[in-house]
Amino acid sequence: MAGSEKSSLTKPRWLLAELTYACPLQCPYCSNPLDYARLGDELSTEEWRRVLSEARALGAVQLGLSGGEPLTRRDLAEIVTHARQLGYYTNLITSGYGLDEVRIAELKSAGLDHIQVSIQSPEKLLNDELAGTESFEHKLEVARWVKQHGYPMVLCVVIHRQNIHQMQQILEMADELGADYLELANTQYYGWALLNRDHLLPTREQFAEAEAIAQSYKEKVKGRMKIYYVVPDYYEDRPKACMNGWGTTFLTIAPDGMALPCHAARELPGLNCPSVRDFSIREIWYESAAFNRFRNYGWMKEPCRSCPEKEKDFGGCRCQAYLMTGDMADADPVCSKSPHHHRVLEAIASTQRSASDKPLFFRNARNSRALTG
Amino acid sequence: MSLQPDTLLELSPLLRMQWEEAQQRYVILYPEGMIELNETAAAILELCDGQHNLTSIVEKLERKYDASGIESDVREMLESALNNGWIREIIAH
Repeated sequence: MAGSEKSSLTKPRWLLAELTYACPLQCPYCSNPLDYARLGDELSTEEWRRVLSEARALGAVQLGLSGGEPLTRRDLAEIVTHARQLGYYTNLITSGYGLDEVRIAELKSAGLDHIQVSIQSPEKLLNDELAGTESFEHKLEVARWVKQHGYPMVLCVVIHRQNIHQMQQILEMADELGADYLELANTQYYGWALLNRDHLLPTREQFAEAEAIAQSYKEKVKGRMKIYYVVPDYYEDRPKACMNGWGTTFLTIAPDGMALPCHAARELPGLNCPSVRDFSIREIWYESAAFNRFRNYGWMKEPCRSCPEKEKDFGGCRCQAYLMTGDMADADPVCSKSPHHHRVLEAIASTQRSASDKPLFFRNARNSRALTG
Repeated sequence: MSLQPDTLLELSPLLRMQWEEAQQRYVILYPEGMIELNETAAAILELCDGQHNLTSIVEKLERKYDASGIESDVREMLESALNNGWIREIIAH
């Protein structure tokens, strides 16, 4: 592994532990890799304990327990107990599927700090259709239990063309359920979501209308519900400061132990991300070629290299650059200065045409195998 | 929001405050977020334990730091913490 100056590097603050790729839901915008069904064995309880300990020693303090559906791991409470003892703030990121009151209480006594429940739509029919599983009533029930058991309740709704017209109902549902936080996550187009982009990317007009509704609702619920709005970056003029800068803050560990600077980085070719089965978290964070690859500014090409905004947005997202230009060191094409910006504009223009005749691919093992390898 | 000097204050149960060895500072943790506290803010918030009010927080800190005339600064900090939902007032029923 290549050496580097440890003293100039920041420490990881956020650890995203993707405990499993198993999931009873089949959302067509899933952020898991397309080929997830072909990936290797999940880390054992003991391996996760070691990963959590090592990352905590390095400085990680926020822990996301995610997946797939993390509730499918039978050792979840054991992992939470260990994490809480280490001093992590533990966030369970779940569909709610498989959660009952006994398990909620068990996780609470294990020290879980917060549960984020995702709902696909405020309407049963659409929720169940998008999830590929009948789950709507159960999700509402889970949201109420989360609240009753004294957790901060975060509701997450991924926003896209199929549900963006329901913005007002989404906000009212969150308010009625007593959510402390509502995350309105505009779909980011990687993996499954990119594959299904024609079905998911809303028009500019739809975005503007939904955003205005969300902004005015923000005022109405001030003091009782906080709204996080994940911006739809295709409709921005400048790229997002992806991951707060590569290898500065975030560390993702995939179910098979691969360590990633961002959860989508698995799609980048030749990055050779290291596995926690071969290296310590300290070696991975400070010394691996993958984590050093896009640190600082030396890797940049034009127009990023001479751009006065490079310290603000770090050239945007490496995965988006690769997926849209074929070169992961290019400027994020979302940026209007990018010579490939027309590809984003073309995607936006295509939203004005009538419905796509491409099939919608649900995220499941059969499609994963059929689409990859 | 105007703060009454005799109302007891406590940290919101929806967040956690703790010392971070790696950062050498106190932080407030909440769902998917973190606020890094400076020494003064941490000293004030530590006293929001359900046993203290504005008056007693000011007294304790004036003694601890051998200072005087800090009430308006402490009030300002607590009111902003209240507005941000970091602390809450314990209203007797």
